[in-house]
Amino acid sequence: MRLPLLAFLAAGLAAPACADAWDDTLSAARGQTVYWNAWGGDERTNDFIAWASAELEATYGVTIQQVKLTDTAEAVTRVIAEKAAGQTKDGSVDLIWINGANFLSMKEQGLLHGPFLADLPNAKYLDLSDGSAAVVDFTIPTEGYESPWRLAKFVLTHDSARVPEPPRSMAALLDWSRANPGRFTHPAVSNFMGATFLKQALIELTPDRAVLQGPATDENFSAATAPLWAWYDALRPSLWRAGETFPENASVQEQMLNDGEVDISMAFDPASAAAAIEKGLLPDTVRAYGLDGGSIGNISFVAIPFNAAHKEGAMVVANFLLDPATQAHAQDITVLGSYSVLDPARLGDAEKAAFAALPASPALPSNEALGPTLNEPHPSWMTRIAEEWAKRYTE
Amino acid sequence: MRNTEGRWLRLTVLGIVSAGLVLPILAGLWETARAAFGLLPAIGAETLSFDPWRQLLALPGFMTSLRLTLWTGFASTLLALAIATGFCAAMHERMDMGHSARLLTPFLAAPHAALAIGLAFLIAPSGWIARLLSPWATGWVLPPDLATVRDPYGIALILGLLIKEVPFFLLVMLAALSQVQVRAHLAAGRALGYGRGLVWIKVIAPQVYPLIRLPVFVVLSFALSVVDMAIILGPSNPPTLAVAMTRWFFAADTMLILPASAAALMQTVLVGTAILLWLGAERVAIWLGRFWVRRGGRGLSSGPGLALAGAGAVILMLLGAAALLALLIWSVTWRWPFPDALPESWSLRAWSRPSMGWGTALRETLAIGLATTALSLTLAIAWLEGEDRAGMSRARWAEGLIYLPLLVPQVAFLYGLSVTFLRTGISGGVVAVIWGHALFVFPYVMIALSDPWRALDRRMVRAAAALGAGPLRRLFAVKLPMQLRPVLTAAAIGFAVSVAQYLPTLFLGAGRIATLTTEAVTLSSGSDRRVTGVYAVLQAALPFAAYAAALMLPALLLRRRLGLAGAAP
Repeated sequence: MRLPLLAFLAAGLAAPACADAWDDTLSAARGQTVYWNAWGGDERTNDFIAWASAELEATYGVTIQQVKLTDTAEAVTRVIAEKAAGQTKDGSVDLIWINGANFLSMKEQGLLHGPFLADLPNAKYLDLSDGSAAVVDFTIPTEGYESPWRLAKFVLTHDSARVPEPPRSMAALLDWSRANPGRFTHPAVSNFMGATFLKQALIELTPDRAVLQGPATDENFSAATAPLWAWYDALRPSLWRAGETFPENASVQEQMLNDGEVDISMAFDPASAAAAIEKGLLPDTVRAYGLDGGSIGNISFVAIPFNAAHKEGAMVVANFLLDPATQAHAQDITVLGSYSVLDPARLGDAEKAAFAALPASPALPSNEALGPTLNEPHPSWMTRIAEEWAKRYTE
Repeated sequence: MRNTEGRWLRLTVLGIVSAGLVLPILAGLWETARAAFGLLPAIGAETLSFDPWRQLLALPGFMTSLRLTLWTGFASTLLALAIATGFCAAMHERMDMGHSARLLTPFLAAPHAALAIGLAFLIAPSGWIARLLSPWATGWVLPPDLATVRDPYGIALILGLLIKEVPFFLLVMLAALSQVQVRAHLAAGRALGYGRGLVWIKVIAPQVYPLIRLPVFVVLSFALSVVDMAIILGPSNPPTLAVAMTRWFFAADTMLILPASAAALMQTVLVGTAILLWLGAERVAIWLGRFWVRRGGRGLSSGPGLALAGAGAVILMLLGAAALLALLIWSVTWRWPFPDALPESWSLRAWSRPSMGWGTALRETLAIGLATTALSLTLAIAWLEGEDRAGMSRARWAEGLIYLPLLVPQVAFLYGLSVTFLRTGISGGVVAVIWGHALFVFPYVMIALSDPWRALDRRMVRAAAALGAGPLRRLFAVKLPMQLRPVLTAAAIGFAVSVAQYLPTLFLGAGRIATLTTEAVTLSSGSDRRVTGVYAVLQAALPFAAYAAALMLPALLLRRRLGLAGAAP
């Protein structure tokens, strides 16, 4: 049923008709099943994708089949294998939830379809100016080969019952920790969250932030990180257990915040505190907040492999994910609690109202209170910082 | 001509044990050793070199890890031995074997991981003990910044090991004491003016020790290379050597497998050296002891020491029981903030969705445990029957063969074994995991069944033979029904050992087989104690259920054959 229709519509697509190109895409997509390869480790995300499938089916006749991955690299490997086997069309992967290194590797090997972002009508709600977080993926320009769908951002969480006025910069954090010894710590630096904490501090403290957007080298590393180590040397003695041991990951530190062993924790998801309160894992006095100078954030993207069998359907899904109504639904704390990737300045009153109508949780920071999003440093900085830290502080 | 009887059976069993138990361990050690010297083609390492060792020595915190390993291993083994000896000396006359064994069962059955998770919550600065005492006694409104869990000296880890090791030593000591004339020695010693403690140390302990030597080495090897307990209770920056190498084996950077293999090999050498050191210390103790015994000092001076050891054992058991209770409470908690002594709100939510994970883990654990136990039990009975038919006692090398998997540290050969399995195509499945578990289940089943099997009343067997029953009929119609109770006990022990296995499941299941134990250890580094509680409670409940079944089934099955039911040891 689908194949003749596809062939017919593909022929239709070939005729240049710019104004109604999207309409062509829509009609080509009707009836397609999009195999979305997405990390399946989060129940809420899986539920959200199932919801999106039902919505898309009702409106555009497109359904999503989620292929639950344990690691995104699995999907990349599959596409590589397909290319090696000479399968240049009708591939098994239609859409990938992708980021950073995996994106770079696919883009460099010419495994991606595109650029397609500009073809999506809802791209108009994005800040597409050079260097904006929506078009840079771990310092790598996306050049239209992937489309944003959800935002992750570094936040600190604190128990407002114990710390009514939390420190809002890394310098203030040092002062606060010295005044309250043993009440703050960070996850082990071998863990992604602990390394992110150091990256956040690095961005705030480094003399020239622009250096961080390029690779770390033997030449630039010590100058760029010297203020970080000076700051950390001053901070460490005041940490929980005098900085001699660290919680394994952010979850353990969240539990310590719950037990009252520390007063401040951190997360890479602004909604995590509100979600944890819902689940009874944190007292309802916990709040999340962004740092004054802005916080590291990265946007998760979706990309379409060059040999995808259902490119049109995949584009319809990508466009649907950018719809202000979808983004508002995703931001709903009872759904996903994942922050919007859209630029608030580009939203009309009706769209803004959808966000304003979301159920409020006092633990949920407003988009304004989160502050600006800072770009991730080049991936090499994270590796180097973690190694240097282990050398300096493991006895 | 009796020796030729059952030769085929003996050869088959020996063949299976060699191919199934010894060979995998040797193959595993061989692969690990190759990787330790730079040979692991799968990750592109193809040149023989000492680089992995250099890399290992250069890894941050390596020396601290090594020191920590030696300290926790020796300290826990020595302390456990001392406490168990002291407790036996103080309490032996008041204990009857069957009763004490039943009292010790919960501690023997409780898996290390579950106990460690419960203990970690119990003794943490924000833990149950602190909650029970705060704020009225301590004045703490917030938990203090004290290193009571994951402390840099490994005290919490030693404590956790003690809770498991002291009951184990007590059990083997009680078994050994049944072969020693305790009452007569005590009476004689007292008549000569020696205090109870001194009689124990000077007269009884020297007779008991040789009988429990192998179990002591098993405990020493285990304490030096334990992983699950050390992850939960031990320090993390850096951790003990065994934990550090497990982390390197599973690191995103696959090249770390090479130094990890070097560390695994070093772990083997470490355990070997530790046992040699222990043997050396035995010599010194014998020499000093003889001198001390001959001097003839007597009196009651050891009384306080005995009391201390007795109290120590009781405190350990109380801690263990409280740890398990804490897990149960957490599994039905909604919120339990510090410093409340009990949860503020309760909920069955963690239990209410078996489909979310614990259902599958429970099924996997049960299936693997039952299969492994059945396999090991069959092999053990075949082995013992082979000995019976030949009418010969066990050679020392055979005893060594049985103990081998318990003496070689798991971490040393499991990675290599997983590589071997991968090559032969049986990796990553239930079969590989069952095989891996059997390596450790079989020895325990064998040890548990050997003594009762030998104590079997031979007259019955002879009578059956005289009545014309063949060897098979004698086994199934006479021996097995008579041995029902010990066989079931051995099965329960085997099942408990299987349930508790962490590393074999992790390495040989290639991360795809999730049992209650692997899930509980993983979850223990998460933020939800309520869910962890569910897994740990289930993990502890399975072996309990097995022991309970072993106790109750004979009474049920043998209710018409009271003579057999009463024949239990």
